[in-house]
This record gives sequence, C-alpha cells and structure tokens, in this order.
Amino acid sequence: MNDKPEKLIDKKGLRLDGRKPDELRPVKLEVGVIPNANGSAYVEHGKNKILAAVYGPREVHPKHLSLQDRTVLKCRYHMAPFSVQERKSPAPSRREVELSKVIRECLEPAVFLEYYPRTMVDVFVEVLQADGGTRCASITAAALALADSGIPMRDLVAACAAGKVDDTIVLDLMDTEDKLGAADVPVAFMPNLNAVTLLQMDGTLNQEEFETTVNMALEGCRKIYTMQKEALKTKYVNVSEENKDEEEAEE
Amino acid sequence: MASIVTRVKQKQIAELIANEKRADGRGLKEYREMKIEPGLIEKAEGSARVLLGKTEVVVGVKVETGEPFPDTPNDGVMTVNAELTPIASPEFEAGPPNEDSIELARIVDRGIRESKAINTEKLVIEPGKKVFVVFIDIYVLNHDGNLIDASALAAVSALINTKMANYEIKDGEVKIKPGYEQLPIRKHPITVTTAKIGDKLVVDPIGEEEQVMDARISFAIDDDGNICAIQKGGSGYFEPQQIMEAAKLAKDKAKELRKKLNW
Repeated sequence: MNDKPEKLIDKKGLRLDGRKPDELRPVKLEVGVIPNANGSAYVEHGKNKILAAVYGPREVHPKHLSLQDRTVLKCRYHMAPFSVQERKSPAPSRREVELSKVIRECLEPAVFLEYYPRTMVDVFVEVLQADGGTRCASITAAALALADSGIPMRDLVAACAAGKVDDTIVLDLMDTEDKLGAADVPVAFMPNLNAVTLLQMDGTLNQEEFETTVNMALEGCRKIYTMQKEALKTKYVNVSEENKDEEEAEE
Repeated sequence: MASIVTRVKQKQIAELIANEKRADGRGLKEYREMKIEPGLIEKAEGSARVLLGKTEVVVGVKVETGEPFPDTPNDGVMTVNAELTPIASPEFEAGPPNEDSIELARIVDRGIRESKAINTEKLVIEPGKKVFVVFIDIYVLNHDGNLIDASALAAVSALINTKMANYEIKDGEVKIKPGYEQLPIRKHPITVTTAKIGDKLVVDPIGEEEQVMDARISFAIDDDGNICAIQKGGSGYFEPQQIMEAAKLAKDKAKELRKKLNW
C-alpha cells in the first residue's frame, strides 16, 4: 500500500483512468461464443474479461439433489490462475464459493425454474482477467448466457457496482479504486421487475451516501441492460444475414 | 424435500405475517430475547455464548503469533471461520465447510473488518515478520434462524472479552511474559438481518420463517450509525424502496441494541 496514489480523484473531478464519477468503463458484450454450450456469453468490462456458459436443462448429478417441482440451478464462479497479478491457485477459494452462491441466488429470481422439474441447469463463469467488479461482470455474462440458451426468463439481470472513492460517490469501480476506496457496493437488478437480486457492500457509508450509491449503481445497471438486449439482438441479426447470404448464393 | 406438514406450516406462517403477526407472538420489527454469556471457555483467549431465542452460538477466539500478509506488514491478522455442527440441526452434516458456513463466516468477517473493530496495528510484534493472529471460530450449537446476527453478536462479544499474552523482544526473540492484556477493540459493529416474506419486512427471522422467506438482507452498523457491510441472500429479490426501508430499520434496531448491550 506504500505506492498508493495520493488522490484517486484529480482537481478536475476525474478518476485515475480519466472517467467522470458517473461514467461506466467501456463494455463489450457478445453471445453465442462457445459452440458446445447451450448458451454462452463473453463480457469485456474495462479490463475484465469474462466467459459464461450454460449447460442444460440436463440430468441431475448427483441424482439425490433432484427437485420434483423445479430445476436445480447450479453456478460456479471461478478465476483463472493467470487472471490476477499474483497467480491464484486454481482450487476454489472461500471467496469464490461465496460468490458462486450469491451469483446463483441473484439469477434464480430471473429464471422460470418450475418449467423444468427434475433437471439441472449449470452456469459456469470463468474470469480470464480481473480488474475490479468481476462479480458484476460475471452476472451480466451469466444472464446473457442463460438468455442465449433459450431458457424462459422473467427478465435479464444486469449488474454494476458503485462506491465511494476519496469523498466522491462513483460508478463502476476498477481494481485500484476498489482496493483503496472507502466503499464498494455491487448491485444486480432486473429493470422490468424493479427487482434488486444482489446487493453487497464493504467499506463505510452513512445512510444518505448509501442511498445515492445504490441509485447510481441502479442507473449503471439500466445502461448495461440496454447493451445486453442489443447483444442478444445482434446475434440474431448476424444469423439471419448469414442465412440471407447463403440463400443468395444458392440462387 | 419439505414434508406436507412443513408445507402446511409454511403457509400458516406466511399468512400470519401477511396479517402483521408472527408465529411466536412478536411484532414484525422485534428481536427475540437475547442472552450473552462471555468467557465460558477458559482455554480460549476470548469467548462468548449467545442465545437469540432458541438459536445458540458459541464463539471462541484464539490469539497466536504468525506472519503478516505481505501487502500489510504493519497489521495483525484476523480470520473468521464458521462451523455448522451437526449438533445444531437435522439439516447440517459433518464435513468440510459448505457454502452456507463459508457465507456466514465471510459476513461476520466483513462486519468486523470493515468497521475496523480490531486495531490491527497494535497487533504487530515485528513489522513484516511477526504479528498476532486472531482466530475467530463460530460454533453454531442450535439453529433456529438468524445465525448471522447471533454469530456477529457472539463474535464481537468474544472479542471484547479477549485477552492476549504480554510479550517482550529480547535479542530478536519474542518472549511471552506472564499476565495478559486486553485485545485492542475500537468499534462494536452490530449486524441486523431483515427477511422479506410476501411484501413484508421481518426482523430476526426464526427457522420456520427463513424457510418461507423470499430473501434476506443483513446490514452491519458501526458505533457511529454508518453502514459498514451488507449482504443480500436467498433466492428472491428486494425492490429498491424495500432496501432503503431495511437500511433504516437496521440503523434503528442497531441503535436500540447498542443501548441495551451498553456497547
């Protein structure tokens, strides 16, 4: 912590990477990236690079976990050993176990689990590169992968964090801001249902700051939500254009 | 899987709460009776037993010497672990920590860490080389809901009660002297968990209420009334308005408990 920059926000009110307080990092979303999976998505959120794949509905393993009235949603959040500065052991850490749980619980309200009793749906998230805010980017990716797999959903889940850096409330903290900032509040949101499905926090905020932070994060979620819908549409535009080309070639 | 009897009971509980009543006669925003017994484990440097209604948790604190983390050479180390012992519930099984116990430990950890409850700078013996390591072990003995608040309460109670060894450095070696001194505690975070059942918010859910809840949200509140950690759990959702309501509720309840506990 000795090489800590003196200020995380400069005199002009800009952040270390030149963003304004309420500005998202560049986000790139793509669906259908893993041919073998039933649904998949790739997310670049700032320097975060994350892959999500969905397999299922399929047979439940181990069998005794099977539920008579709905599908079992499983989720595994995992970081690649090379995703961070110092190599991370590939064995699941306590942090990864907790995040797998909260990500699963944040996706469950979105999925019509009751449509597929006695089955299991696996959501696998691999963080290829991490730079702060991986749980949010993972949720964005996982929701897209679920939608891409064609499993009926009530809404997409979009996620984004906000927090406090120096004395400013900012959107979408990157790694340095997360580590040196005063508070980080990741939020996942289903805009159509007005439903918050993930909320965590560490740091210190008073009541007023907390409300501002959550509202800012919700705004970020709405922006990401628009991009998610766009990414899903883009896949089908591409598919239909490919078909058109083929038809023309045949003629 | 839930038996028919539990399904009927679950329906009853949900209906009661829809009518602003609870199975045990409490108000929606009322805590169960709370008992704290500090120092019951003499062999531990600190300990406390907490009863929250029928929920029972023991926390033991052991203080040992060890190495600091390379990125924080001037801070002592604190770790939290939770055991959902098979004694506590027919649902619990012996074995390595599962996601529930890991989540519980990490919520309690965040409350203590983010509020800076322990003055870790005072736990350094030799910067970068030797520090005190504080092990906080949560033992759940009976599970009747709201393990989070009970465990957080027991953990802070045990920390207040913790004594660590006196030491001196002689010729570069650490020598333990007789006598003890108090573990340096500067904050006393209180965690308040609210469950959402139907469209109602309920404080301190019992086990049966947890089975019917849509979701829960826990707020750790420090001595100044600031929020220092949050965790939403469960497979349901909160509307933004309900989150703000739960946050205010947590602040009020923490203040009330703080007065009662004299923290």
